[in-house]
Amino acid sequence: MPKITINGKEIEFEKGMTVLQACELADVEIPRFCYHEKLSIAGNCRMCLVEMDKSPKPIASCAMPAAEGMNIKTNTALVEKARKGVMEFLLANHPLDCPVCDQGGECDLQDQSLYYGVDKSRFVENKRDVKEKYMGPLIKTQMTRCIHCTRCVRFATEVAGVPEIGAIGRGENMEITTYLEKSMESELSANVIDLCPVGALTSKPYAFEARPWELKKTESVDVMDAVGSNIRVDTYNWEVKRILPRLNNEINEEWISDKTRYSCDGLLKQRLDVPYIKKNNKLQKSSWDEAINLLVDKINSVQPNEIAGHIGDMINMENALSFKKFFKSLKSENLEFREKNFYINSDEKMNYIFNSSISGIEDADLILLVGTNPRHEASILNARIRKTFVQKKIPIFSIGNPGDLTYGYEIIGDSTEDIKKIVNKEHDFSQKLLSAKKPIIIIGESALELKSGGYIFEELKKFLIKNNLINENWNGLNILAQNASTVGLLDLKILQGKNAKSSSFFNDLRNRKFKLLYLLGSDNLELKKNDEFIIYQGSHGDRGAEIADLILPSATYTEQNGLYENLEGRIQECKKASYPIGEALEDWKIFNRIIKKLGFKDRIANFDELRKEVLETVPNFLEINELPKKSVIKTNNVETSFYKEKIFARELDYYYTNSISRSSKTMSECRQIRQKIKKNGTNN
Amino acid sequence: MLKKENRIFKNLYNEFGWDIENSLKRDDWKDTKDLINKGREWIINEVKTSELRGRGGAGFSTGLKWSFTPKKVGSRPHYLVINADESEPGTCKDRDILRFEPQKLIEGCLIAGYTVNAHVCYIYIRGEYLNEGKRLQEAIDQAYAKNFLGKNACGSGWDFDIHIHYGAGAYICGEETALLESIEGNKGQPRLKPPFPALVGLYGCPTIVNNVETVAVVPTILRRGGKWFASIGRPKNTGTKIFCISGNVNAPCNVEEEMGIPLKELIEKHAGGVVGGWDNLQAVIPGGSSMPLLPKKVCDTLTMDFDSLIENKSGLGTAGVVVINKDQDIVECMARIARFYKHESCGQCTPCREGSGWMWRILDRVVKRKATFSDIDLLSDVTKQIEGHTICAFGEGSAWPVQGLLRHFRKEVESRCREEPLIKKKLNNPYLVDQHLLENKNA
Repeated sequence: MPKITINGKEIEFEKGMTVLQACELADVEIPRFCYHEKLSIAGNCRMCLVEMDKSPKPIASCAMPAAEGMNIKTNTALVEKARKGVMEFLLANHPLDCPVCDQGGECDLQDQSLYYGVDKSRFVENKRDVKEKYMGPLIKTQMTRCIHCTRCVRFATEVAGVPEIGAIGRGENMEITTYLEKSMESELSANVIDLCPVGALTSKPYAFEARPWELKKTESVDVMDAVGSNIRVDTYNWEVKRILPRLNNEINEEWISDKTRYSCDGLLKQRLDVPYIKKNNKLQKSSWDEAINLLVDKINSVQPNEIAGHIGDMINMENALSFKKFFKSLKSENLEFREKNFYINSDEKMNYIFNSSISGIEDADLILLVGTNPRHEASILNARIRKTFVQKKIPIFSIGNPGDLTYGYEIIGDSTEDIKKIVNKEHDFSQKLLSAKKPIIIIGESALELKSGGYIFEELKKFLIKNNLINENWNGLNILAQNASTVGLLDLKILQGKNAKSSSFFNDLRNRKFKLLYLLGSDNLELKKNDEFIIYQGSHGDRGAEIADLILPSATYTEQNGLYENLEGRIQECKKASYPIGEALEDWKIFNRIIKKLGFKDRIANFDELRKEVLETVPNFLEINELPKKSVIKTNNVETSFYKEKIFARELDYYYTNSISRSSKTMSECRQIRQKIKKNGTNN
Repeated sequence: MLKKENRIFKNLYNEFGWDIENSLKRDDWKDTKDLINKGREWIINEVKTSELRGRGGAGFSTGLKWSFTPKKVGSRPHYLVINADESEPGTCKDRDILRFEPQKLIEGCLIAGYTVNAHVCYIYIRGEYLNEGKRLQEAIDQAYAKNFLGKNACGSGWDFDIHIHYGAGAYICGEETALLESIEGNKGQPRLKPPFPALVGLYGCPTIVNNVETVAVVPTILRRGGKWFASIGRPKNTGTKIFCISGNVNAPCNVEEEMGIPLKELIEKHAGGVVGGWDNLQAVIPGGSSMPLLPKKVCDTLTMDFDSLIENKSGLGTAGVVVINKDQDIVECMARIARFYKHESCGQCTPCREGSGWMWRILDRVVKRKATFSDIDLLSDVTKQIEGHTICAFGEGSAWPVQGLLRHFRKEVESRCREEPLIKKKLNNPYLVDQHLLENKNA
């Protein structure tokens, strides 16, 4: 490896590194504003100047490629003077309004001016004033504070793929703006708030809520989609004030979607705090004792096979397992968690996870989307596809039209006929697929929901295995799950007995066979209420609670510990950051109470036991936060039937996918704006 | 004094007609095919022998620059870009080449394009040169009609096309990488170097960017030999150069002269002398507004070439000589230049964006007699904090004129400043003390 000398210390560095990165290897800290690891290099803040031998001028270390034999000095008077000069320029037109600035306490400029700032300002002229810009309901702007690092511009163009932020004007009149002053049409837009090194772009919903040092920080994972983005939950007393991304290069890198970040205000609204019982067609406040007595009476008055349970989209694995155990004591097998009846072959793990892994997308040389819109179903995953597209210019194809995905792709068909042609090698695309070394096929739930969903999956799988495109090193067969709970619940074998193969639950539900329906945090099940007795156990007064006869309040994902398995089959821990509101309890504790009342003996001893059992149940489990063990590839013939159908990506109401986001004011604002944009568009 | 037969731009004053027929009479396009057939090595060597230095301002060796292009064309084509974005205040040499000697430029483009393996050449003309651009287009069309351009240009076997691209009037687009950005349709902001355009330039392809005058003299150099060109002027500062003399002179003009001509001779012989006589001279900006000015004392003995001006802490730049006589307010002149740079800064990097405006504001206060003595040191600090810390050379370009002013005319500046207010002068007050309380105590 080549060597570089930094402050007299010789270190080895990898080829392709910049001087700044090499300095970091040598534990030398370089101040910077515009440089960001995940963005392209701009080199415009000039804060990272260092001295290099044989160069009369100091060089910008972020932009200079490190080379063999360079001699870099970062601690000389020249460097110090250069940085102080730059800092003085940055502060010249920067307002000194730190006491009223939301960035205070986590501001790069504040921190670095401690080391390089001068105590007295020599700038006696009037400071520049810049008009505020409207950037939508998420981003609050105070453009006078902007230091023109262009991180937000680069993020919007490179990562988000919506070149809607840019700089207009020249010299000191340069301004960062969204040109037409509208909100950014991206699901990742709020990441510019984290990127902004100063308080120019701050969070609008969080404005003046708290100071960073007042908040309790809990490292957790997100449940808004199946990606399992790593987040940090910041709480002030009981309230979740904000959610920030946590670096995880395997999953979300440094980004999270707007829904992940801003549905947290939904945790404070529409909450169920006490049990409710429907009396005289009206839900009335009640107590736990009364509610459980009523529930036990109802359970005792029906046959076990008339009891059915449906598990919702944000239920953690421990609670789901306790629910399963509870149903086992009730001797009912009518358990379901799918919102729509999509095809799942739960025989082996590789049939329902994202086998190539999220970071594995970067190795791909061809991507085929089948009936999926990753931009809405898994925004972070879509960002990874875009990254691969931008870096490697890989070809991307789609069956069905998902709309604008922020990258170019080619639609090669829109019906199941095309799948048939591809697997029979009659389609032009077959040859492209066969000549690819690491192809990725992403099958969405919309495709699996079709009558020939089974055909699509099984035939594509067979095709890939037959042509050695699924092998020990590469498995590009991917299911894109939409809900955080899906993969975990499949691993817990929630679908059991006759329910595992056929869709008896949905048929029975339609045929009104159930007398008692137990909804565990389930709000998205399409259901026409008849005379069945519906119990809703969940955190929010949403669709499920609306039709319920009995409501049992429980905790949300930020209020309890729990494991979630993301779409890759990676088990991650969601941690308790706050505590349940009012009389709400964790789900498994509620089941314990009911079981006790029913007089059964198989109660859950404690949470740790439950977790242990979860981890023992999960197949191919390796370790928490790690990908699962690879399955052994085997071909087993599954009989499927072919229907001629249209494949499309079901439109997802992105900002309204679950009960928390539907309760969130911020999400409603975003949704309204997005709908307005759609209405005003030229396509109508 | 340049001999008449050694002049390269014989039609600098449009005495003989600019069109191609008249150009051919002046030996343009004579034996171009033979020159090209002598090969790249020969051309580069000849240009190296001539010691031709870039005429755009930086004075980089042209032969050396050409030799930086990859020897073989890889997967990406090579481009030649001609910088005709002549925006430096006080400079108008390229304009006359475009108007009156376009064939010299076009022929130079073909030779340079062949040398650097480029089939396509873009000429970037500043937007204000609309008429010059039209004239150039006419000249290009005439050259196409004679088969001097296009497929098998001039019978040399080399395909070559020239396209004109108009700028939108930004000074910074004269910086070579900002110019490339502008051609690509982006905001004109300089790129980070390295990589240099010779390897990664226009559309990411190897690109050579040359000034109009540099390329226009190449055919004559090749025809008359590099040794002939090197014999004019001083070693390392060879050849002829068009000087643009403007300001307080009796007859402002463009004139082709040999390098190293004494400034006094240049002004008195060609520009009719300083208004009010040589003794009325106050200062001269020797190389366009971005170069530090020089006072009369230095001008008396100054010779005009790259190295001697660097010795005098200035630069030849574009050789736009701006003469300032004693009737002018030198501080106001420099404040105006500072305002120009404040207006033209692209705003990309911090020191230039924030510093150029700051410098102008301080100078403006000096002009209005509202500045204090400490402002002079502050101004000097600000120029040093800009210089050398920016992405492109614009930082130096804006800081140097002010530095020149402070170096040579500090007394003038001081005479306009007043004392500090008493309270600040006498006490070294701690910053965090309420200033109005102190005022009471010391009133």
